[in-house]
Amino acid sequence: MAHFVDRRLNPKDKSLSNRRRFLKRVRSQIKKAVEDAVRERGIADVDRAKNVTVPTEGVAEHTFKQASDEGWRERVFTGNKTFQAGDKVEKPPSGGAGGAGREGSPDGEGEDDFLFALTREEFLDFFFEDLELPDLVKQSLKEITKTHPRRAGYSTSGAPANINVARTMRNAFGRRIGLRRPKEKETDELLERITLLEQISVPTREQQEELIALRAKHDKLLRRRKVIAYIDPLDVRYNNFEQQPEPNANAVMFCLMDVSASMGAREKDLAKRFFMLLHLFLNRRYEKTDIVFIRHTHDASEVDEETFFYSPQTGGTMVSTALVMMKQVIDERYPPSEWNIYAAQASDGENFGGDSSKCATLLNEELMRICQYFAYVEIVGEDEAQLINSEASGMELWQSYRQVSDIWPNFAQKRVARISDIYPVFRELFARDPVGKSHG
Amino acid sequence: MVKRAQTSKSSPLFTQADWDFDTLRRTFDAIEDVARTDLDLEVYPNQIEIISSEQMLDAYSSIGMPLMYHHWSFGKHFLGHERLYRKGARGLAYEIVINSDPCISYCLEENTMPLQALVMAHAAFGHNHFFKSNHLFEQWTDAEGILDYLEYARRYIAGCEEVHGVGDVETILDAAHALMPFGVFRHRRPRQLSLQEAEEQRLERLAAAEENVYYLWRTIPNRTGSERERDAALQERKREMQLPEENLLYFLEQYSPILQSWQREILRIVRNVGQYFYPQKQTKVMNEGCACFVHYYILNTLYAQGQLTDGAMLEILHSHTNVLTQPDFDDPRFSGINPYALGFAMMQDIRRICEEPEEEDREWFPDIAGKGDWRNVLKHAWANYRDESFIQQFLSPTVMRRFRMFAISDESSDSFCTVTGIHNTQGYRHLRDVLARDHDISTQEPDIQIVDADLLGDRCLHLRTVRRNGIPLDTASKEATLKYVERLWGYKVEIAEANSTS
Repeated sequence: MAHFVDRRLNPKDKSLSNRRRFLKRVRSQIKKAVEDAVRERGIADVDRAKNVTVPTEGVAEHTFKQASDEGWRERVFTGNKTFQAGDKVEKPPSGGAGGAGREGSPDGEGEDDFLFALTREEFLDFFFEDLELPDLVKQSLKEITKTHPRRAGYSTSGAPANINVARTMRNAFGRRIGLRRPKEKETDELLERITLLEQISVPTREQQEELIALRAKHDKLLRRRKVIAYIDPLDVRYNNFEQQPEPNANAVMFCLMDVSASMGAREKDLAKRFFMLLHLFLNRRYEKTDIVFIRHTHDASEVDEETFFYSPQTGGTMVSTALVMMKQVIDERYPPSEWNIYAAQASDGENFGGDSSKCATLLNEELMRICQYFAYVEIVGEDEAQLINSEASGMELWQSYRQVSDIWPNFAQKRVARISDIYPVFRELFARDPVGKSHG
Repeated sequence: MVKRAQTSKSSPLFTQADWDFDTLRRTFDAIEDVARTDLDLEVYPNQIEIISSEQMLDAYSSIGMPLMYHHWSFGKHFLGHERLYRKGARGLAYEIVINSDPCISYCLEENTMPLQALVMAHAAFGHNHFFKSNHLFEQWTDAEGILDYLEYARRYIAGCEEVHGVGDVETILDAAHALMPFGVFRHRRPRQLSLQEAEEQRLERLAAAEENVYYLWRTIPNRTGSERERDAALQERKREMQLPEENLLYFLEQYSPILQSWQREILRIVRNVGQYFYPQKQTKVMNEGCACFVHYYILNTLYAQGQLTDGAMLEILHSHTNVLTQPDFDDPRFSGINPYALGFAMMQDIRRICEEPEEEDREWFPDIAGKGDWRNVLKHAWANYRDESFIQQFLSPTVMRRFRMFAISDESSDSFCTVTGIHNTQGYRHLRDVLARDHDISTQEPDIQIVDADLLGDRCLHLRTVRRNGIPLDTASKEATLKYVERLWGYKVEIAEANSTS
C-alpha cells in the first residue's frame, strides 16, 4: 500500500531564491564576464544566455580537510593486472598521490573555477544594470500629467463592483454583536419549546403562563431581528481608488546610422553593435519605447529593424539627410509635447563637404530644442585610436558637433575604435548619472 | 538472471514503456508482495512522488531534502548541477529517497515504466528497509520528526532574516556550514526531541544562554569579588564545558561569548541537520548495497513469475549494470571504489556463501557457510553493521578476487608507491583491513577537538588536531575555516597540529 503523489504541477524553481542569493554573491565577477561577452560575440547573439566562470574565491565552501599531498596513505584499488605484493610503482610526475584518476575532474573544470550558466534574463539584467535614459520626463511636460487610479483605502460610497466583501461583513458582524441581534438559533429554540407546550392538550396553569411568556419573548426577538438588519447599508464599504497623477513617459528613440561607402565592414559592424545594444537595452528596460530606425547614404530612409541591421546598402554620404528625415518623422508622428525624444547617431565622420555645418545648424535650431538627449558615436580607424583621447582634433563633422555640444548640455559625442570600446562608451552615454552629458 | 519458469503464472504487469498511475500502483503492489512475503522486509509506509527534472534539480541542491532553509550555497550547487545536466555531461538520479516516516521517494517523470519499477523496488523497499532497521539510523535520526524539524528550521531562519537581515543570517550560516562536519556527536548519542519539546527547550536555552553570557561579563576587571574568587569561578565554568569537545558547533552554540540567542539557534539547526546525515555517511556501501540487492532480487522474482516482459527486464538490467559498474584503476572513469558495486557484490556473495559455499568460504565464514538462511543473515547484517564493520566482517576472498583488488601504500616523500597486498592468500586479510579502514569515516575526516578556552587570559580558543599518518590539514582551507570559527567565538582561535604517537 503506497501513497502516490503527482508533484509535477507543483511550482518548480524552489531554488530560485537560493539562485538569486548566489548571483548576488558573485555579482562583480558576473559583470566582468558580461562585458567580455559583448567583445567576443557576433552581433546576432549578444543577448544569448551565457556561461560564466567565477573564481572559487568568495564562493568556496571551506571546511577543515586533510591535505591531499602529504603524509602516508594506504588504499585499495580495483582491476589489478600485473602487480604483486612488494612491487614498487613510480608515481606519476604531477601530484597523483595514491593513483590515477583522482585529481582530474571529469568535465575538464579546474578546481579553481566554478562554471555555471546564466539565463538570458539574468544576463541582460546584469548587462544593463545602472543604465537609463536620461531625463525621461520632460521638464516642460512635468505639469501636464496623465492620471492613474491607485488604491486608497475604503470609502462608504462607490460602485457596486467595488464592494469590499470582507470589510463589509466584518462591519456587519461587529454591529450585530454590538446591538445584540438575536441569533436564529435562539428563536428556533423558543419556537420549539412553544410547539412543545402547544401540543399539550390539557395544559396546567403554569404551562399556560409559560406559553404566553414565551410567545411574547418570541415576538420580541423576531421584531428585534427585523429591526437590526443582517447587513445594513451602514456596513457597506467600497474599495476606494484615487486618481494619482503620473508623469508622461512616452519615449521614442531615433537610431541614425551612416551606411555609406566610406563605412567599411569593420565600421558597420561596430555601429551595428552599438545599435544592437541600444535596441536590447530599450526593449528590456522600457516596454513602451518606440524605436525609429533611419539609415542614410546621400539619402536617408526610415527602415524596419531587420533591414537596419542586416541589409546591405551603400552610396555617398550626406549626414544632414538623416537629420531632416528625423525631423520629418517627429513632425508626422511624435509631437514633442507628448513624447520624450532621444536620438543616437553613428557615423565614421566622413561627410559631404559643407554638409557638416548644415547638420550643426539643423541640430542647433531645430532638433536639440525638442530632444531630451542626443548621442553621437564616431567610429574611427584603429590606427586613429589615439584620437579618442584628443577632443579637439577630428573630422569636419566632429568639429561641427563640438560646437553643438558646447551649446547644448544634452548632446554627447564619443569615439569608438575597437569592439572593446563599445560597451564602455555605451555605459558612459547611458549611465544613470550621465557623465557624457556635460562635456560631450 | 533467474531462469524463467516454464509456465508463466501470471500475465505481465505492463508491456508499454510509458507509465500511468494505475500501472504504477499495480506494479508497486506486486513489488510489495515480494518484499513483504518473500524477503520479509520491514518498511515505513511509502509515499511515492513523481517529479519533473527541474524539481529533481531543486531537490539535488537542497541536499535532497524536500524543504530546506535558503542559502546561497544551495543556489551554487543548483547552478552547477543544472549546467552539467543541460549540456548532457551528467544525467539525473532516477530517484531520491528520504529517511522519513512516511518514507518519501521521488521518482523522475521521465523514467520509463521498467525504470519506475526498478526505482520503486530500490528506494521504496531497499533503502526504506535499511533506514528502518539499521541501528545507526534508529539511534541517531528521527524519521518521524525530520520533516517537521526542517519546516521549523526554514520558518525560523526566514524569521531571522526578516528581523536581522539576510546578510547577518548568511554570515552565521556560512560559518556554521563550514563547521557542519564537525558539528556531530560521534560517541555520545543525543536525545531525540519531538517538535514541541524542541520548541520549549529552545526558550529554556535562550534564557540559559543569556545567563552564560552575563557570567562572562562578570569576569571583566573592576568588578567586585577578589581575583581568586573569580579565577575559581572561571575554573568551575571551564569544568562545565567538559573539554575536550569534538562537537565544535555544539560548543560554540553553548559557550560562545558573543553570539545572540537567534544565532545560537541557527548553529543548533545546522548541527541537527548535520547529525541527521551522519549515519548516511557511515553506511554508503551498505545502504546502496541493500537497495541494489533488494531491487535485483525482487525484479528477478517478478520476472520469474512472468510479471515482467523480457524487454522490461533487459532495460532494467541495463540500468542496473550501468549503476553497478566498477571501472579498473587505470580506467579514466575510475574514481575510487563504487559503493553500489561493492555493497551489491558482497551481499550477493553472502547469499552464495549461505547456499553454495566452497571450502574456502567454510574456512572464512564458518558461522554462515552452508546455513542456507541467507535472508536472516543479510537482515542481521543490515540491522547491525556500518560500512567499516560490515567490510571487516563479510568481505570474502571471492569478492576480492572478482574486483581484482590490490592495496597501495603511498608515502608522500617517496617517489614511488608500494603494492602492499593483492588478491591472494597472503593478501586477503590485509586488503580487508585496508578497505575497512578506508570506509571508516573517522579516518577520512580530520580529528579536531576544542581543548581549551583561555577564559582567564585573552579568551583565545584552542583547537587541537591529531595528524594521522602524518597527514596535516590543508593549509588554505584551514586558514579560511579558522576565520569562521573566530567569527562565531568572537576572539582569537588557534589550532595546534600534533602527530599521533601510534
